[in-house]
Amino acid sequence: MNKKSKALLPVLKNTKLNSTHFVLSLQLPANHPEIWPGQFVEVLVEGSPDTFLRRPISVHDVDEKNHTLDLLVKIVGAGTEKLSHLHEGDQLDIVYPLGHGFSLARQDQKVLLAGGGCGVAPMLYLARKLKEAGADCCVAIGGKTSADILTADAYSKLAQVAILTEDGSKGDKGMITAHPWFGAELKSFSKVYVCGPDPMMKAIGQLATDAGVYCEVSLENLMACGIGSCLCCTVSTHEGNVRACMEGPVFDVTKLKDWNHNPVCHG
Amino acid sequence: MADLKVNIGNLELQNPVLTASGTFGYGYEFEDFLDINKLGGIIVKGTTLEPRQGNAYPRMAETAAGMLNAVGLQNKGVRVFIDEILPKIKHYQSRIIVNLAGSKVEDYTEAARILNEVNDVPAIELNVSCPNVKTGGMAFGTSCASLTEVVKAVRSVYKKHLMVKLSPNVTNIAEFAKTAEDCGADSVSVINTLMGMAIDAETRKPKLSTITGGLSGPAIKPVALRMVWQCSKAVKIPIIGLGGIMNATDAIEFMLAGATAIQVGTANFINPSVAEEIVDGINEYCDRQGVKQVSELIGAMRV
Repeated sequence: MNKKSKALLPVLKNTKLNSTHFVLSLQLPANHPEIWPGQFVEVLVEGSPDTFLRRPISVHDVDEKNHTLDLLVKIVGAGTEKLSHLHEGDQLDIVYPLGHGFSLARQDQKVLLAGGGCGVAPMLYLARKLKEAGADCCVAIGGKTSADILTADAYSKLAQVAILTEDGSKGDKGMITAHPWFGAELKSFSKVYVCGPDPMMKAIGQLATDAGVYCEVSLENLMACGIGSCLCCTVSTHEGNVRACMEGPVFDVTKLKDWNHNPVCHG
Repeated sequence: MADLKVNIGNLELQNPVLTASGTFGYGYEFEDFLDINKLGGIIVKGTTLEPRQGNAYPRMAETAAGMLNAVGLQNKGVRVFIDEILPKIKHYQSRIIVNLAGSKVEDYTEAARILNEVNDVPAIELNVSCPNVKTGGMAFGTSCASLTEVVKAVRSVYKKHLMVKLSPNVTNIAEFAKTAEDCGADSVSVINTLMGMAIDAETRKPKLSTITGGLSGPAIKPVALRMVWQCSKAVKIPIIGLGGIMNATDAIEFMLAGATAIQVGTANFINPSVAEEIVDGINEYCDRQGVKQVSELIGAMRV
């Protein structure tokens, strides 16, 4: 198992993607614990009693050569808003790497990655690892409008990319599931990986299950500790209640019993 | 280097720092972040006679300087604890204390009887104050008559150290401390969570599936400190103080108010290394203040 660590990481840069999303690049120590795609970190927001708990944020990308960790963050409340003001030279108190991430694929397997809105965050590092493993990747990125399509350019060297928006302001018009990859072509994939809003994950999970294709989804539950002790992030599975932060956040979709109706995260 | 040893009745702790039930798992979840052997003890997750699945999601809401939880005593039951979990943690030098919960008096006594025979668990903390279960739980701890019934029943079958965790959701907590003492408790832990609630104004929905839950964190510290002080004046048995302790200074304040030992709870979620940092911080405080034995601090508030 990966060793977990609590560390103060220097902020290398804060890249604004649009008015509500940004990417924080952090400097990892050279001897950092191994980080796996689909894992997450717990970030401390300092200096405000209203942001008492750490914020769980998924790993967006890791540069193993330069020891950097990127977090793609959406501003959804006071905590993430505060994080959006970090800049080069600041330090971030994080606990990492946490949770059980995605499984990889074998060489020559064809796999489909689907990210909805900010849910695209964990897909970049996953696509990088899959490419290294020799898998053939297709990445579908969906959103309501062009403002929800994030980091699409980063995938061009790693995968075939499809973009869909509900209003047609970028890429093809329609829901992500309108793409042929989720229709007639779905059976040609060995695995499907999904992260996005619950309805999207549920819909793709059902399509994959019906087509007999193995599918992993990454859940975003409210959490306190992130290390398996508080039991707040519970997920209902066919094997009983389990912890999103330990047994997940990535789950084989067929193991899930009831989908949580996620309220707004403590942003 | 001060002598950090304290005795809670017949139970010696290498230092006064315990981790609170439900905030530290079974200890091993924190092995990457601190040396568990350096703690006075760990109080494991609320354990019941039979397994419990706990409450529906969402079970947690962040609040100002704190959080609400409504986990509902999810655990695998006392037998699984003894057979599968205890073997993994009994090597720790810190004391292992089981927080014992139930919905009926017979559940408490049956589980207490089982735990009485188990080596490596020198104490139980009787949870009569959980606000998150439909039956039992806090109901036992908010009436002196039912508290008397459950503490007497457990005392009659449990021969080792019996700690009773009191509910703050009462008018006069000192009466409950006295009741526990009169029924044979060896110590009382003060306090469990305060019952609270949170609403999302936009959706007009409660933030917890159970509507109400237990408030913890620094928001409750002044209340907890006051209750420890009140209880310490009412009973002779030792008091274990908890409620919003985030650092060594907070821990010292609880001892000055009358606690013999303290528990670190919600702080473990924010800083998984904090319990060990508090042990070190208490030691530094003692050195700075010329305190030779940490037990000198118990009830040493100057008024």
